Amino acid sequence: MFAAENGLRGDPRLQAISEAIRVVPHFPKPGIMFQDITTLLLDPKAFKDTVDIFVDRYRDMGISVVAGVEARGFMFGPSIALAIGAKFVPLRKPRKLPGEVISEAYVLEYGTDCLEMHVGAVQPGERSLIIDDLVATGGTLSAAIRLLERVGAEVVECACVVGLPEAKGQRRLNGTPLYILVEPREIENCY
Amino acid sequence: MSGCRDEDPRIHGIKTKIGVVPNFPKPGIMFQDITPLLLDPKAFKDAIDLFVERFKDNNISVVAGIEARGFIFGPPIALAIGAKFVPLRKPRKLPGEVIFEEYVLEYGSDCLEMHLGAVEPGERVLVVDDLIATGGTLCAAMNLLERVGAVVVECACLIELPELKGRGRLNGKPLYVLVEYQ
Repeated sequence: MFAAENGLRGDPRLQAISEAIRVVPHFPKPGIMFQDITTLLLDPKAFKDTVDIFVDRYRDMGISVVAGVEARGFMFGPSIALAIGAKFVPLRKPRKLPGEVISEAYVLEYGTDCLEMHVGAVQPGERSLIIDDLVATGGTLSAAIRLLERVGAEVVECACVVGLPEAKGQRRLNGTPLYILVEPREIENCY
Repeated sequence: MSGCRDEDPRIHGIKTKIGVVPNFPKPGIMFQDITPLLLDPKAFKDAIDLFVERFKDNNISVVAGIEARGFIFGPPIALAIGAKFVPLRKPRKLPGEVIFEEYVLEYGSDCLEMHLGAVEPGERVLVVDDLIATGGTLCAAMNLLERVGAVVVECACLIELPELKGRGRLNGKPLYVLVEYQ
C-alpha cells in the first residue's frame, strides 16, 4: 500500500521525497526508467524525512529486526534500526557474508540470483521489517521474506521508498504487507 | 585487539562485537566481521555516536561511504550531522554520469565510481568504511573526491589493521578509527 493511502495523504514530505528521486532513462538497459535514490540522499532534509516516516510507522510495532537488502537497502535500514532500537541484519549477494549462512534463490528476467543471511542473526519469533529502496516485481523481497520465515521470524512488513507499476495494487507480497512511500513520477521528454 | 579511544567506555563494548572469521574469503585471512555489532543496538549506536561526536562541529557537508559496508555506517552519520550521503560504488552500479578511479588489489585491480555533480568543489568531506587494511580503497575514494575539488577532512573507519600500514597511504590525511586489530 502507498503511504498516501495510509494516513499520509497530502503530507508535503512525500512530494519532496518524490521530487528528490532522479529518473535515469535506459539504465541499466534500453526501456528501463531507473529510479535513482542517490539524489534523495543528497538532500539531507528529504532523506531525514524518509527515515522519519518509516520510524514513525514502525517504532511501536515491537519490531526487533530490520533486514536490509544489499546494497541500497543498507542506505536506509540501519538508520531505521537505530531509531527504533532494533538489530540490523544485512541480506547479501552470495559469498559476501563470512561464516555460516542460509541462501535463497530467486528468479530474474534472465537467470537467477541469490540472497544470503547469517545463521543465528535472527531468532524464531522475532518480528522483522524488510527494507529495500525499490520494489518492482517483488522477486527480491519475496526471497528476503522466505529467508526470514525459514528461521522462524515473523515478517511484519516490507518497506520501500519507491514502488514501480508492477508493484502497484499489491498490498501484500505472498501474504506479507507491503508499504511504499512514493510511485515513480511521470517524466516527459524522455526517449 | 587494542582501541584507539581507550578512555571512552563505549569502545570496549564495540570491540567485543567484532567477530573474527579465519580463512575468509581465502586461507590466511582473518576476516573482521562487523555484523555482530549491527546485532547489538546499543553497541551500534555507540559506534555511530562516537563518529558523530567527533565530526558534528567540523562543517562537513558530505559523508562519502564505500560500497557496501560503508553504506551501513555512513548514512546514519550523515543524517546526524546534517550532511549529504554520497555512495562510492563498484563499476556499473551508479546510473547516469560518473567518474571512476582504478586501484590496485593483491591480484589485479578494481574500480570505484562516484556520481558527477554529487559533490561540489570546496565541500568538506568525511570518507567512511568499516575497515582500513592496505588503504588502497580509501586512497581511491580520496582521489575521486579531490578530483572534483572537494576537501577530504578525514577518513573514518571502525577497524584498522595497523600491520598493513594503510594509514600511511592517505597522503597525510588524518584517519580516525575506533579499534585496532593487532
